[in-house]
Amino acid sequence: MVTSSINSAEIKFGECNRQLLEEVIFYGISLGADFVELFIENSDNSSVLAEEDFITSVSPSFGKGAGIRIFKDKRDGFVSTNDLSKHGLMRSISQAIEMLDISEKTNNSIFNGLSKLEDYSKSKNNWLKEVPTINEVSEKLLLSTKSLKKDNKVVVRKGSYSRNWQEVIIASSDGTYATDIRLHQTVGLNVIANDAQYRSNGSRRFGSHGMPNEFRIWDHEKAANEVYESSMNMLYADYVQAGQMPVVLANKFGGVIFHEACGHLLETTQIERGTTPFSDKLNKKIAHEAVTAIDEGISSGSFGSLSIDDEGMEPEKSILIKDGILKKFISDRAGELRTGHKRTGSGRRQNYSFAAASRMRNTYIDKGKYTKEDLINSISDGLYCKSMGGGSVGATGQFNFAVEEGYLIKDGKLTSPVKGATLIGEAKEVMPKISMCGNDLELAPGFCGSISGSVNVTVGQPHIKVDSITVGGR
Amino acid sequence: MNATEITTKISNAANKLSIEKWDYGASFSNDYSVQVDKGAAKQLKASQKQVLTLRVWNKENLVGITTTSDLSETGIIKALEQAYLASEFGNKNEITDFSPLAKNPIQVKEIDKKSPLGIKKLLEILRRAEALLIESHKSIKSIPYNGLSESFYERIYANSDGALRNYSKSQAALYLYARAEEENKKPRSSGSVKLGYGVEDIDIESCIKEASKKTIAHLNYSAIKTSKYLICFSPEAFLTLINAFSSIFNARSIIDGVSLSSKSSIGELISIPALNIFDDGLNDKNISSAPFDGEGTPTKKLSLINKGKLENFLHSESTAKIFNTMPTGHAGLGSKVSVSPDWLVVERSNECKDLNMALDHKNYKGEFVYIEELNAIHAGVRASQGSFSLPFDGWLYKNGEKNSIESATVAGDIKYLLKNIINIEKKEELTTSGISPHVWINELSITGDE
Repeated sequence: MVTSSINSAEIKFGECNRQLLEEVIFYGISLGADFVELFIENSDNSSVLAEEDFITSVSPSFGKGAGIRIFKDKRDGFVSTNDLSKHGLMRSISQAIEMLDISEKTNNSIFNGLSKLEDYSKSKNNWLKEVPTINEVSEKLLLSTKSLKKDNKVVVRKGSYSRNWQEVIIASSDGTYATDIRLHQTVGLNVIANDAQYRSNGSRRFGSHGMPNEFRIWDHEKAANEVYESSMNMLYADYVQAGQMPVVLANKFGGVIFHEACGHLLETTQIERGTTPFSDKLNKKIAHEAVTAIDEGISSGSFGSLSIDDEGMEPEKSILIKDGILKKFISDRAGELRTGHKRTGSGRRQNYSFAAASRMRNTYIDKGKYTKEDLINSISDGLYCKSMGGGSVGATGQFNFAVEEGYLIKDGKLTSPVKGATLIGEAKEVMPKISMCGNDLELAPGFCGSISGSVNVTVGQPHIKVDSITVGGR
Repeated sequence: MNATEITTKISNAANKLSIEKWDYGASFSNDYSVQVDKGAAKQLKASQKQVLTLRVWNKENLVGITTTSDLSETGIIKALEQAYLASEFGNKNEITDFSPLAKNPIQVKEIDKKSPLGIKKLLEILRRAEALLIESHKSIKSIPYNGLSESFYERIYANSDGALRNYSKSQAALYLYARAEEENKKPRSSGSVKLGYGVEDIDIESCIKEASKKTIAHLNYSAIKTSKYLICFSPEAFLTLINAFSSIFNARSIIDGVSLSSKSSIGELISIPALNIFDDGLNDKNISSAPFDGEGTPTKKLSLINKGKLENFLHSESTAKIFNTMPTGHAGLGSKVSVSPDWLVVERSNECKDLNMALDHKNYKGEFVYIEELNAIHAGVRASQGSFSLPFDGWLYKNGEKNSIESATVAGDIKYLLKNIINIEKKEELTTSGISPHVWINELSITGDE
């Protein structure tokens, strides 16, 4: 074991930790690990809630912790701890070594020390100082809830703001040594409208990454109008009649259908589990030729963008599907090791207490040549899904999405609003039915929960037409 | 760090900052978990976690809060300072205080202290379980979702008024989710979850059998015609639905305007008189029971629906004050304190003469849809509107024979559902989220692929 002159040392953010990190990594390699990775995090978060015309909650939180991952062959052991001392980190390494039952201190791995620090945080050191103060946030949230008060049918008005600031140090036995600072801000507006027995909800979420000033310039009036109109349009809506029908999905958050129905099945974790029908479909047609789909982490300011992923790799723009042909899977380090698909800068985790996994970033269907009207005009009897709620995908690829704001399409025209619709299907069957893509691609922020926790993502698409899908209703 | 040490540390730091009124909830845990893939260890995890949620009151008696994992002296001082700053924005319309019951006696269950089995033993047990489940049927090709975990934790609540209470316990969980495939058919998946205070308490064989039986049973599936059907909810599915609409009983939701109930709803007939529902966090069968809530209020059994009538709401300290009653032990610590149920128990009341007792899911020969498990609750429930549209795993029964249903959804309205219960079977069954019998509903819409 390596002896050290800094036994009492601990990780200090904003300072050079090279010697300590190298000693900890060397310790793991010397005990027989093939690969050692440290992910160390310092977080400072804050959230504010406005209800009606009052601030009802302000919740700051902060913390530090480390996630230590060790690979031996294709197995991995992961330990998380709040103890950032050298002793604490080495104890976690020992625990991971013991978990993997590594008894022989032999391996083919050589640790040549950490590379030159890749400091992605340089231009971001002032971000935490530049974000709006709680006072500023409170004032703007109250303006937004006031803007929702348009008539007495609006019975609940809420505005919420959340700011997550995260400083990370990533070091691993392949020499990776990087630091970064991430800043995510989101704001959500919700209303409930009520009139006698009729009730409806309206909600929208907005978000950005790496733009401290973004909340200050957020157009709360426009957002409030959108949410109000949505709830009013749906207030007296009838329940949709269930059945198979063509649908047009709106742009922006309509992209959740691709995220849930197909995107998850293109993550290498799904190949590892044997739960994707696409594992043997590389370079084969899996979707209509109208569909080109992309996952990337590089769009400026987008909620799913990253300077580096949580394994220290710069994100790439991955064309997942090109003209209906499957071209690439979303992969992380474990995915590359176990499935052979090259890493794409998609190793992501909620925080230090999760091991990174292959996860989507900004994921969208690329724009096509049609207008929204072209799509609607092509349907004689169907459904227009203007706003989507949440969704999920099951273990065998079946998915479902709630439609928050929907309208019937009759003879190529939008008619009455309908509520209670759910879109149900399987990716393998639905992807070939996306026959028309609009020219109005837009992205929307969201949170995706999966194996490595909840991560910030962007979903998106232009308006798209699905020739036939099961619509659940009454 | 034990409960007394951390309380002393916080008390000293608060004194330094001249903060006179504070309380906190803390949690310390050690968790171990394993996953396997066809006999090979896949991911092995261990974590040591500490979380402290600290509230302080300022001179105007407004509350601020901070959460941190940094329990060093510096971390605690920073947390107190941040909470104090946050208190400037405390809610002036709803004054929060300590729970008046925070020093009342609590019932701490005497449970054998379990010791960690360790990752190697967990791995050995899970490998064997995976192998036995795969061997149980030729169509079961893999167990894509599996895990065995054990957790050891301590929870503490204390305040500057001298309340100090804590408990420690262990919990273990096994889940096996199998995937079965047959030629020219869609893959099918189902599983089982078992909980215990320790791994030695978990009936592993029954978890394997249940996962195998459920998965195989769904192999011969067919589409169902979109229509309205007589419905039988499994105990698990019925509890899932009641939990999803628990805002009906939730005083916080009522104050926030997102409940179907109002302050004056107590005493209203909201279901058929044959239905009783309790919240019973201290039930002997509840592995996750906690003797007190986030504000230190003792947990207790509470009747929510008695003979069809809404009898009580779930309360925190502040909602209880608004409703002029006492907190019920259902609070989660936060600057805006949340309220939620612990563990629901559904039963048939003695006013059951109008039930159609001929409806028995094992013997009824007519046509009905049996809903075994509801999915995607977060996407398909509109709690503030009372509506739901949810995918489910289940069967269509006809003439005593059952056929697994290909993907389908059930849609309805919770108020309609509670008033259109036509039978509550006598036998109550234990699930991971509570106790309930099978419950029959007159008619709900099913959307299928046919």
